[in-house]
Amino acid sequence: MSPYVVVAAVVVVGLLLFVAAMGARRLLAPSAPTRAKLTTYESGVDPVGQGWAQTQVRYFVYAFLYVIFAVDAVYLFPWALVVRSSDLGAASLVEIGVFIGVLLVGLVHAARRGLLRWV
Amino acid sequence: MTGADALEVVVRAVAVLAAFLVLPLLVGQTEHKVMAHMQGRLGPMYAGGFHGWAQLVADGVKFVQKEDITPAAADKGVFRFAPAVALVPYLVAMAVIPLSPDVVAADAPAGAVFVLAVTAVGILGTLMAGWASANKYSLLGAMRAAAQLLSYELPMVLAVASVCLAAGTLSLTGIAHAWSPWWLLWQLPGAVVFLVSAVAELQRPPFDMPVADSEIVFGAYTEYTGLRFAFFLLSEYAGIVVMSLLFTVLYLGGWQGPLSDQLGWLWTVLKGFCIAVVVIWLRVAWPRLREDQLQRLAWLVLVPLALAQLALTGVWVVLTA
Repeated sequence: MSPYVVVAAVVVVGLLLFVAAMGARRLLAPSAPTRAKLTTYESGVDPVGQGWAQTQVRYFVYAFLYVIFAVDAVYLFPWALVVRSSDLGAASLVEIGVFIGVLLVGLVHAARRGLLRWV
Repeated sequence: MTGADALEVVVRAVAVLAAFLVLPLLVGQTEHKVMAHMQGRLGPMYAGGFHGWAQLVADGVKFVQKEDITPAAADKGVFRFAPAVALVPYLVAMAVIPLSPDVVAADAPAGAVFVLAVTAVGILGTLMAGWASANKYSLLGAMRAAAQLLSYELPMVLAVASVCLAAGTLSLTGIAHAWSPWWLLWQLPGAVVFLVSAVAELQRPPFDMPVADSEIVFGAYTEYTGLRFAFFLLSEYAGIVVMSLLFTVLYLGGWQGPLSDQLGWLWTVLKGFCIAVVVIWLRVAWPRLREDQLQRLAWLVLVPLALAQLALTGVWVVLTA
């Protein structure tokens, strides 16, 4: 039996837990909504404008860097399984070194250009 | 699948649920008590009689009786479902973490990668909560959470990759089998990187920018009340349990120790508990970092450190293979 069957069962159990807890809350908790209660919280004053305000997402450079490195990390895990084989070990080490080295140069470049500062 | 198989699946899933409902409460109560004594207080003393042991049970009973408010401006479906997205991934992660070679609900062959993948899903719950609340504090908190998770996921993945490399397997049981005390030194930089990233992923102090109460009220959870709010809190403590046990299995050899044949899973739980206390201790001892300091730490310290650890591990493994 595959262990992932159990994982799937655990997902189902988790969702059941959520549904059951919400059911219990529905039975036990009061419900008396008023207009003021349903207003968006803004430190006690009336909310100004919409909650979905436009903001400048300052970290999109981090997001790019993350995607680049995360794709790289995916290749590290299969490497972990073959690095001990006698015909692949040393060669794969050099190759991974080159691979990560290129990314590292990119990271240093980004840091020197000031992209890693949260402004 | 036969009837016996189906029964086994159900028993395993329910056992995971039981652990999931007990261990986070133990960590939570420990936090109450450890924090209190570190600050010269007593902490909860009344609920349940003996040193307030039932405080969190009482909290749960209170939360379930509280009115559940969905703000009129919110995106209602997403708002209501977000707590489940935050909570369930940690339950699933607990299923694949071994306490001993026998005490493991699902011994996944790629357990190390699976745990990383699953815990990363939890952040979607925070993002959904922050966006769907239609509240400025929530939106800011969710954006901070997203930035933080992006930055700290990476050093964590690299640190785990180094352990997988050292063990030559992706299975968590296999990693703990391959562990030897020498790893305490050899994998030390990776262990430090992992622990720091884990605390940041859990948005615990000193990395609790996304919920910084003095700046943005309670970040993405500002609009939440009652049981849905309690679910976010529970997911934080479940996260501490998952990360502490994972640290134990990856870096401390899990169940390895004197009399491990008899004690087994007890060693894993004991070591994990010590790590959980360290996580609590960090909260008491350190002030909150600033958002820009947080990002600099991840990219200019942790990522290079994790890569150096990876290089060290790779070279050593190839030289000694």
